[in-house]
Amino acid sequence: MLRSVVARGFARYQIGQEESEDVVQEALLALHLKRHTWDESQPLLPWVSAIARHKTIDSIRRRGRRAYLPIEDVSNVLAADPHVQAANSFDAERIVATLKGRQREIVHAISMEGVTARQVAQRLGMTEGAVRVALHRALQSLARTFRREPS
Amino acid sequence: MKTDELISIIAQDARAPRPSLPALIGAAVAFGGLVAALLFAEMLGFRPDIAGALHTWRFDAKLAIVLLLFVNALHATARLTRPDADISAATLRLALPLLALAIAVGWELSSTARDTWLVRAVGTNSRVCLAAITVLAIAPLAGLLVALRAGAPRSPAMAGAAAGLLAGALAAMLYATHCPDDSPLFVAIWYVSAIALVSLVGAAIGGRVLRW
Repeated sequence: MLRSVVARGFARYQIGQEESEDVVQEALLALHLKRHTWDESQPLLPWVSAIARHKTIDSIRRRGRRAYLPIEDVSNVLAADPHVQAANSFDAERIVATLKGRQREIVHAISMEGVTARQVAQRLGMTEGAVRVALHRALQSLARTFRREPS
Repeated sequence: MKTDELISIIAQDARAPRPSLPALIGAAVAFGGLVAALLFAEMLGFRPDIAGALHTWRFDAKLAIVLLLFVNALHATARLTRPDADISAATLRLALPLLALAIAVGWELSSTARDTWLVRAVGTNSRVCLAAITVLAIAPLAGLLVALRAGAPRSPAMAGAAAGLLAGALAAMLYATHCPDDSPLFVAIWYVSAIALVSLVGAAIGGRVLRW
């Protein structure tokens, strides 16, 4: 669903589908890091959609275009967009490359090798709590790096 | 990093949920308010005739209007820190204190002699009023901006502006108990200017530091 919102916005401004996966990752990060901004008495989808729109607009503006995206009826967004490619080939290696030292090791181990935080802790001689803190900080750092990326 | 890999990392980041936005805002208001109150007590303090002043309509109206702004700015700030905020709905509430002020001004103009209006509007202490409200608002505004960084405002500048209004209203509530000028005309000019200034500063800083 995220991909539909982003792809729709990008199509409006004629930006390639490959670049839209960048924004999908950024939106996923934001959904995670800002999940406490969801008011639980309200429906979830408009909140998710709002975050996706915000990140899409930010990305379009970073490319130097003025951006305005109308709020689509959320039910429309759920329909699958046939033009969205399978996006698993997209690899934001340059974003991860900005992480330093421990954070990078930890992110690599968990994402590439599929180890758990506890196993990483044993491997690096850290406590599991310290690994989790470093992981959280790494995610925040990635979110900031996305924001700084020019197109 | 592929998207699936990012998802697996996120899944591992299972930290305890942080305090809610309303709680963070409340803490910022409490902390900032405390600092401002201490500063106020140290530098200004209540006006000596405050017990008597509480019986006058102008003083009560002044306090009520500023309190109304505080409550509505609090509500607006909480709404505006969310990504799905309805910005016009949130700011519409702020018309209420303005309406109350307009009514008070109307009453003042209709019940006092025309040649006293200028004297009432200019007051005796306008410079202190501007300076005091601005300075007292610094700690609350700083606290709020720090707290709001945990949010995801649809418009960082609007969220900053609301935080500025809130901080300004808090400062004004304190200053109002010291200020010898009670005329709604004075409030409409000097209090509004000072609070608007704090709001603009909030918008300018918020527009930068509240991005996410």
